[in-house]
Amino acid sequence: MERRSLLATATSLLAMPAILSRPVKAQATVALKVVTPWEISSLEPSRAGYIFARMQVAETLIGADDGGLPRRGLATTWIMSEDRLSWRLTLRDGALFHDGTPVTAEAAATALRRAKAQPGPFATAPVTAIEAPDARTLVIRTSQPLAALPSFLAHGGTVILAPASYDEAGAVRRVIGSGPYRIVGIDAPLRMELERFDGWNGGKRAAIERVSYQVVPRAETRTVMAESGQADLVFVLDPPGQDRLRRGRRVELRTVPIARTQMIKLNAGSPFFKDVRARRAVSLLVDRAGIATAILRNPDLAATQMFAPAAAEWHVPGLAPLGRDVPAARRLLAECGWTPGPDGILLRGDKPFRVTLRTFSDRPELPVAAAALQENLREGGIDMQVSVANSSEIPAGHRDGTLEMALFSRSFSILPDPVGTLVVDFAATGGDWGAMGWSDPALVAALAQLTATSDPAERARLRAQAATILQDQMPVIPVAWYDNSVAISRRLSGVTLDPLELSYRIADMGWTG
Amino acid sequence: MLQAVLVAVLVGTLCFLLLRALPGDMAFRIAASRYGYDLVDARAAAMVRAELGLDRPLLAQLGTWLLALLRGDLGISLVSNSRVATEIAHSLGATLLLALAAMLPAAVIGPALGLLAGLRPGGTADRAGLVIAAVLRALPSFAVGVGLMLLLAGWLGWLPASDDGTPAGIILPALTLALGLAAASSRIARDATVAAVNAPHFAFARLKGLSPAQAVRRHVLRNAAVPVVAYLGLQFALLIEGVVVVEALFAWPGIGHAVVDAVLARDVPMVQGAVLALALGFVALNALTDMAVALLDPRRRE
Repeated sequence: MERRSLLATATSLLAMPAILSRPVKAQATVALKVVTPWEISSLEPSRAGYIFARMQVAETLIGADDGGLPRRGLATTWIMSEDRLSWRLTLRDGALFHDGTPVTAEAAATALRRAKAQPGPFATAPVTAIEAPDARTLVIRTSQPLAALPSFLAHGGTVILAPASYDEAGAVRRVIGSGPYRIVGIDAPLRMELERFDGWNGGKRAAIERVSYQVVPRAETRTVMAESGQADLVFVLDPPGQDRLRRGRRVELRTVPIARTQMIKLNAGSPFFKDVRARRAVSLLVDRAGIATAILRNPDLAATQMFAPAAAEWHVPGLAPLGRDVPAARRLLAECGWTPGPDGILLRGDKPFRVTLRTFSDRPELPVAAAALQENLREGGIDMQVSVANSSEIPAGHRDGTLEMALFSRSFSILPDPVGTLVVDFAATGGDWGAMGWSDPALVAALAQLTATSDPAERARLRAQAATILQDQMPVIPVAWYDNSVAISRRLSGVTLDPLELSYRIADMGWTG
Repeated sequence: MLQAVLVAVLVGTLCFLLLRALPGDMAFRIAASRYGYDLVDARAAAMVRAELGLDRPLLAQLGTWLLALLRGDLGISLVSNSRVATEIAHSLGATLLLALAAMLPAAVIGPALGLLAGLRPGGTADRAGLVIAAVLRALPSFAVGVGLMLLLAGWLGWLPASDDGTPAGIILPALTLALGLAAASSRIARDATVAAVNAPHFAFARLKGLSPAQAVRRHVLRNAAVPVVAYLGLQFALLIEGVVVVEALFAWPGIGHAVVDAVLARDVPMVQGAVLALALGFVALNALTDMAVALLDPRRRE
């Protein structure tokens, strides 16, 4: 009796996986597995458009090459008008959406108008009108000369979707793009299945037929998946995971520098940091080499200026590099009237040099770096308290004036040309993620001219001028640069990484052997 | 029924107030979750604030929410723009699947091992069971999960490290949860068995002439089952705590993962909907457990 019931239990346990199985799509060919931590939070381009652009499901009008210069996307030509107040774009001949309908200028105009109405970089561009005089021509009118428009049109929020993607209320119900891959299934927010779209005429036919995009929130799990070969492309690995993969050698670990900078924002309007010498002193106290080596695990990431060599055009070779010099820092602070008190903390009259640095933990390296900075600044006599709160505390503190110092990482590759970000960050009234209580008319003028002019020599001169002003005046203090690590399966060939993270370039990849 | 309505209103109000008590400006957090914090500035936050009416008085916002709730409308997610009810149904289904996949093996193996240990208290099976159960309960589910992942997925490569849409994807997370559950329920079963075996009616059954197997089957199993079933019901509820961690680790698209994301994003409708679903689930679970125990134990029936 007991043996029979035991047998029954055992068989039912073995049958469990079958009973609980969920429908599996028949896989005729092997799919390329892409794993990232970026969730498909929504189908709306302004929120998750960058994912569809990276996976080449939807295309933007203009792309960018590794150096940030414009490249063809859905548009093949783009010309500025004589009066420099409008741009004329020509769409690619024969481009089709995944539902078979042709890509028209009117569809592009609809997408751009939607992007303009939502938060995002394109909404900040001085665009006054978007017109579609015929099926393949798009005209964009601006209120001032905007040489950087191609850069705005490369942003993932401006991907062009088919008219059938929208419902009557204008919301996106399905993502029907024009790229080399189309969506066969979305299991938002964690999974997406793609297959090759044969009607794509934007380049060489993709070699890989099926792609699966999977979101894995934990870095440890991503590392295990890369190591065991369960994923072919794994993005965003934490430093311990990178060490492990490097030692294991089963996958290729490729690192590409990106245009993102970790920086300290100072309230230059507060009595502590009003004097430029105080700001320079703080910069001289920061142990960039230590933070880069110990926290970011790459000594080359110690920032010598605001822009990494990866932001090719903006990195100024001749600039005197930032470094650590504690005695010089102490001298500068003494010049500002600070003298060391009995406990080592600087005093001016009876006021101690005590400030609070705000940071957040969305990026795990920031609180650790903040702790390191606390120690660095203490050597100079500055008592810096660290407050790890919400990222929203920083723009909020900027607005109500309570922010003293903040540590965060700023992306300069939101747009291929950082000028759009810089204009906002260093405007005359300051920027939420930029200067506070400081502005320089020369810098504002240089940045304004940069958005307008397209002469390369003039642009180089203006960029050098802007970078030099920032290095000299230090309204924000660069701490470290960043790089992206990607684990690549040895089964893949033709893998190139985009430093601007606009596209994963899957259509250019193939299988080895 | 009344209990359910009261729970719903209480939970809904508490959620609403707690979310607003969290630090940081809500409009900024929602905007950061929608567009990425790189792109969020005061302008984006102002747009979100206007769109969602976040600067209306608190009571007005609470009133709107409660009225919608009474109509059965859970609202729309502030981050993904899709209906909360649909998203929760989807996530809850995934979590229930995981919970069942964890509980069923655990409910079979745990009490079975506990019964065997209880029949010979102080023997090797009992002692070994105690040590293993203690170790498994002491280890947090994160540690057990990472250990299993490294062994079975990383080193041996037998199972996928995270949910990849195939049936095998459920095994690792379910196993992680099941180990902890089986450990606890095995000890409960062991103690219940010892109590039943030491009871006078068991001695009488043996005296009557029943063989050990017959006596166990007729007089121990059903008696020992009562505390075990009650504990299993409780365990199902306790699973939620383990599920949040395990879902994040194995990328299982369940309600634990959804709630954590929603709290971080200040996605108020999602949090309220999810917590409500969970709270009502507990109420239902309590009722079910009570019914099961009443079925087993005639003394509990009114």
